[in-house]
Order: sequence, then C-alpha cells, then structure tokens
Amino acid sequence: MKFSFSAEQEAFRESLRGYLAERSPTKEVRRLMETEAGWEREGWARLNAEMGLAAVRIPEAYGGQGFGFSEQCIVMEEMGRVLLCAPFFASAVLAAGAILQAGTEAQKAALLPGIASGAVVGTLAWVEESGRWDAEGTTLSAARDGAGWRLDGHKSFVIDGHTADLIVVLGRTEAGLSLFTVDGAAVSRRAVQGIDPTRKLARLAFAGVRAELLGEDGGASEPFARVMTEAAVGLANEMVGGAERLREDALAYAKMRMQFGKVIAGFQSMKHKQADMLMEVELAKSAAYYAAAALDDGDADVAVAASIAKAAASEAYLQTAIHAVQIHGGIGFTWDNETHLWFKRAKASEVMLGDATLHRERMMQAMVEGTP
Amino acid sequence: MSEAMGSEAGVRAEVRAWLAANWDPALGLVEWRTRLAHSGWGMPTWPTRWYGREMPEAMVPVIEEEFDQAGAIGVARIGIRTLAAATILAHGTDLQKEKYLLRILTGEDTWCQLFSEPSSGSDVAGAVTRAEFQGNQWVVNGQKVWTTSAHKAHWGLLLARTNWDAPKHRGLSYFIIDMKQPGVSVSPLRQMNGFASFNQVFLTDAIVPPEMIVSTEGDGWTVTNTTLMHERRGADGLRAQPKGSDRPERIYGEERDEIAVALEPYRWYPSRAGRVDMVLPRAIETGAIHDPVVRQEVGKLLVMARCAEWTARRARAAKEQGKPQGPEGSLGKLAASVVARAAARVHTQMTGAGALLAGPEAAAGGTVAEILLSVPAVSIAGGTDEIQRNIIAERVLGMPREPSEDTKKPFRDVPRNTVG
Repeated sequence: MKFSFSAEQEAFRESLRGYLAERSPTKEVRRLMETEAGWEREGWARLNAEMGLAAVRIPEAYGGQGFGFSEQCIVMEEMGRVLLCAPFFASAVLAAGAILQAGTEAQKAALLPGIASGAVVGTLAWVEESGRWDAEGTTLSAARDGAGWRLDGHKSFVIDGHTADLIVVLGRTEAGLSLFTVDGAAVSRRAVQGIDPTRKLARLAFAGVRAELLGEDGGASEPFARVMTEAAVGLANEMVGGAERLREDALAYAKMRMQFGKVIAGFQSMKHKQADMLMEVELAKSAAYYAAAALDDGDADVAVAASIAKAAASEAYLQTAIHAVQIHGGIGFTWDNETHLWFKRAKASEVMLGDATLHRERMMQAMVEGTP
Repeated sequence: MSEAMGSEAGVRAEVRAWLAANWDPALGLVEWRTRLAHSGWGMPTWPTRWYGREMPEAMVPVIEEEFDQAGAIGVARIGIRTLAAATILAHGTDLQKEKYLLRILTGEDTWCQLFSEPSSGSDVAGAVTRAEFQGNQWVVNGQKVWTTSAHKAHWGLLLARTNWDAPKHRGLSYFIIDMKQPGVSVSPLRQMNGFASFNQVFLTDAIVPPEMIVSTEGDGWTVTNTTLMHERRGADGLRAQPKGSDRPERIYGEERDEIAVALEPYRWYPSRAGRVDMVLPRAIETGAIHDPVVRQEVGKLLVMARCAEWTARRARAAKEQGKPQGPEGSLGKLAASVVARAAARVHTQMTGAGALLAGPEAAAGGTVAEILLSVPAVSIAGGTDEIQRNIIAERVLGMPREPSEDTKKPFRDVPRNTVG
C-alpha cells in the first residue's frame, strides 16, 4: 500500500517505537558511539531475541519472518528515530539483500539463517577510495585459486566493516563484476573516524584473502544495482525517522524556551520555520513510504522512486537538522545538547549511497533515455 | 435487507441496480439530476433527509466508479455552489435547505462567495461591509472583491458586519443574498496576467430578507470558517478539472455547456499551478535536457512535485479510511504553492531569452509567459502562504496564536484602512 499502512503495520510500528525508545535512549547512544565497535553483541542479540528484527524481511525458508520491504522500512524509520547503534542496515539490508539477490539456493540456505537470527553480522563492501557509489569504480580484483578465489585490493567507507563477521565484497574477475563472501576476521581492517560516530565505517585491505564466489562469476551487475535500490529506500526511511524526531524535539524546545518574556514558539519566524519543516519532512516521508511499497509491488520504475526518496530525504533531513540547531540557538551548538547527534547522522546519510544531486541525475537518466 | 448491505459489494450492487432502473441519457440534465438528488445517490454522505444516504466517505469512490461505468452524470459540483451546499447543510435552517439544496444539486442555481473586501484580504474577519436591520429586512452596504462568477451568480454567500460594538469576530453575520437585485452591481477586475476572472461587487442598499441569515446574528465567523474549511480541502491539487463526456446524447451536451461556462474563469489555473506536466517534454524539445544545470533544476522540481502528489494521496487515503487527519492533510496548499514557484523558475531557465516574449509567437504558444505571470496568484488566493503557515503552526503544531491587537475591543475602535 503506497499511501497508507495496514492496521497490523501500524500496530507493529507502535510497539517497536515504544520498545526502541526504552532500549536506545540518548544516553545509550552516547555510550555506544564512544566505543570503537559502535555497537554491542549482547544488545544486538537481545534485540533479535525479543523482536526478531534482523529476520523481518528474510523469507521464512531461510529462517526469516517473511515480511516485505514496507515492514523492513518501518524498522529502519524507527531505528533512525532513536539513532539505534546496531548493525541492522549493514547486515539485514545490505548483506542479506546481496545474498538474496545474487546467492545460489545453497548459499542463501547456508548464510541467511545466521543473519536472520542475528548470530552472524554481515555487511557489504563496495565503495573504494575513489568514493564512487556505483559499480563502475570497482578495482578490487579476484582470481581463481583452486576451488575458491583470492581477493586483492581495498574497500573504503564500509559500514560496520571492522566488526562484521561476514563481508560481501564487490570485485572484478576476468568475467566482470562479481560478488564474493569473505570471513571478516580474515581481512586486514581498521575503523576510520567518521563524521557520524553513531554509524561506524571501516577501511578494508585485501591481500590474497580467500573468498567464496556469491552466485555467478561476472553476474553481479544486476543484483548489485537492485541491492543499491533497496538500500537507498531503506536509508531514506531511516532518514525520515530521524528527521521527524529532530523536528519534534525542536518544536518542543521552542514551546519551552522563553525570550523577550514569552516562549519563542510564539514568534512568527519560528512558526513559519516549523511549518516549513513539517512540510519538508512529510513530503520526504511520502516518498520513502511510496518507494518501500514500490519495492513490495515489484514496480518496474522502482529505481526512480528510490532515487526520489533518497534525494528528498537527503535534503529534508539535513535541512531539518540545520533548522533544529538554529532553533536551539547557542545551546544547540554544544556537545551536551542532543541535536548534534542527529545532525551528524543527517550529514552522513546525505552523503551515503549518493547525495541528492546524484540521485536527481539518476532519476533523470531513468526518465529520459539516452541522456545525457 | 440483504446481509451485504453497507458493505462495499452491497453498496456497489445497490447503486448499480438503481442506475440500471433510473439512468436515462434521453432525460434533460435538470430532470435527471432531480431524480438523482431525490434518490440520495448524488450526495451519498449527506443526511437521508437531505438528498443523501448517510454513507461513510469510503463509499464515495465505489459509487463514483459505478456512475463512470454506466456513463451516468452526477449532481452539479463545480464552483462555489459546493461550498454553499456544505455551509447550508451545516448551519442552515430547514427553510434554507428546502429552498437551495436541490437547485444546487441540479445545477440550476449558480453561487458566488462575498467574503474578501478591498480593505480585508487575509484578515477576512475584518470585513466592514455593513448589514443593518431596517424595518423588516437587512439592508447591506459595502464592497466585495475577488468574487468568481459574480456576474452569473443567482445567490451570494455574504459576510457582513452587523454589530460594531462587539469585538471583531463576534460582530459578523452570514447571509444568503439575491444577486439579481438593483442594489447589487458587478464589474470585472483585471489581473496582472491580463485575464479578468474575478469581479468587484458593489452593494448599495441591497436587501436581504430576515429568514436569509445563516445561523444567528453575530455567528457569521463560525459559518465562514465552515465555508473556508471546505474550500481548503479542495486545494490539494489532486482534483482533476471535470471534462464531461463526448457522447452524443443531449444530456451530455448540456453537461459540457455547463462545465464550459463554470470553468471559464478558471482556464488559466493550470498555468497558475506551474504546468509541471510541461517541464520534461519542453526540456526534451528545447534540448535543455542536455544542460547539466537544467537537469538538476528539473530534477529538483520533479522530486518535489512527486512528493507533494504522494503526500496529497496519503491525506486522501487517510480520509477515505475514516482515519483522523494527520499533519499531511494540512500541507497540500502550501506544497502546491512551492511546487508552482519552482516550476516557473525552471520554465524560465529552459526558455532563455524566449522568456522575454508573450502572446502567440512566444514559447509554447504563449503558455510559458502565461505561467510566469500567473504563478504569483497561487501563493495568495484562498489563503496566502503566510496565513497557511500560521494555520499549520497553530492548529497542527500547537504553537501559540498570533497576538491579537484587535479582537478584545469593540470593532469600531480598531484601526482600519482608510483607503480601500
């Protein structure tokens, strides 16, 4: 359903919102963001034992719950709201998505149940130092070695790359773009300092690392493009969750903060700013919801919807964050205030998977063939 | 009654059977609509006593589908008459309902809205048109403006001040005024885009009989808000302009004529909305699509337009499912305004020097120039963007109301414009 949620979906969202508010108060976000890993196994295991979140979109045949993208995107939105420090996006969206799209039947049966239960944390490594978000920038090379493969090269900006157990890697063989799985411990890896401390990034070096081919040699182009579409939609939903939380917090603050003898919410400049913020966030939410439903409906032009959703969310989230700092004034620029946590996620998410400019261009290319 | 009554399938079967037995394209338009109005299928959400069936909003699309299937014409729904009907239904006396509702539904009567004045635009409640009870009738003096179709209207929805000692909002009353009388004079108002779609209405000792006040004396502001609420609801940009059918029977011809007359004042409204539909075809046609800067601007516009459309659809879906209106329901008008301005910018950018010209020799046969000169209306008409933002902030976000300098004291002591 592109324009509304079912009663079941709304009930799911409501219970999840209550659960995550309790599990991930800002104090907990601050504690985890100071760790090098950025998340903890114990908390992740509890999240999956109690709510089964990593399993939501994985088919029942592979140990999942068999729900759709709309449900997965509800999870993303609610996690984005509380800035949950957990490897959900890396593992349940990126890694699971790649395995579902590219893996053989045997590989899905072998790899997905672990991801679904949360026992195994996966991620996808595709970007390199060039910073290109598409597959064209891939230089990591793979060569056959007996029954397996060996990978040489590096990967950058890998989400949770220094903590993942299972890394799906995009590389090149003689046959072309291919996906591989490697054991995280076998890779030389280090965390890099990111602008957003609530979602950790890593740089990975591959020097003859043993790997297993995921799916078909040279057949990764289409599955990879599809995973990027799914990821953009998932991230857009996470972003609108964060944007709405920021908007609500800024509104609550404006209603409480007194200056010139009255609450600042009484000033028309504040009212108009808040009205614009509401509009921007609601418009971006509409696109994020639409794109999730378009994935479930199997729409042929889902990549266009995904790019619209990512472009809208990128601008709305960052703009909301800028407004939120401004509304808080001086206190909004301090470390103790919570706004900067979401500001940093907004900035990082704007860039992650390509910014609004890139996604507008992708949308134009898809809408008008043969251009530029 | 069958078990299916009230269910979607039950309603569908019922309306289909009724149409099979009653729809007849050989009837005259008024004759058919009279029959339709009495059946309740024309306004199914209305009370049973007044031409309705008390059905939930969710059934309306189902019923409309059956009408489309049968090629059956609905009740008259274009223009201010719909707002008049909603207002009379909510606040009118039985006598007023008897007198007006049926003729609204049949399309026999045309209505206009007499709210705005030269000295009160956004501040509608600051109206200074005066209604005084003299002898046994109301006598009205003043000037109204931006009145669509006033020259054709039989009846007007009139907001006038009846008490100058009461505070602003409590000194107003709401009337139904006969437009075809010597005290009412109508003249066209020319706009910056060259069209003259609105009128100025001069009221000079115009008469309103006592039974034609809507609700009570002093309650005019409440009634006005009902009208305005229904007006805003229609401003989400989703509603397509009615086209009519090109079938040969006389009744379709009558409907086409009705639509043509009613829509005449609105014929530049697509330009006012920015003609987003023209942007991509013109980008391709002009070759501007190959300019990376233009591509970005077109992309920005299309992303925004699509998001606005989907937001309006979310609001509509919630309404159809009978859910309480969420914040998305209040944003349609403001979003449409932002989209229109962005569209005007992109049209200018793609047209280049050609944007200097207007008229038949200009870009897209003059449509681009018409867009550029019509878009400024979208952020003003029906509530300016600034007022919309106030409404969103106050009613949706619960922020403090604007401080009022003028609502506590008698209206006669409130500073007012000296020149209209």
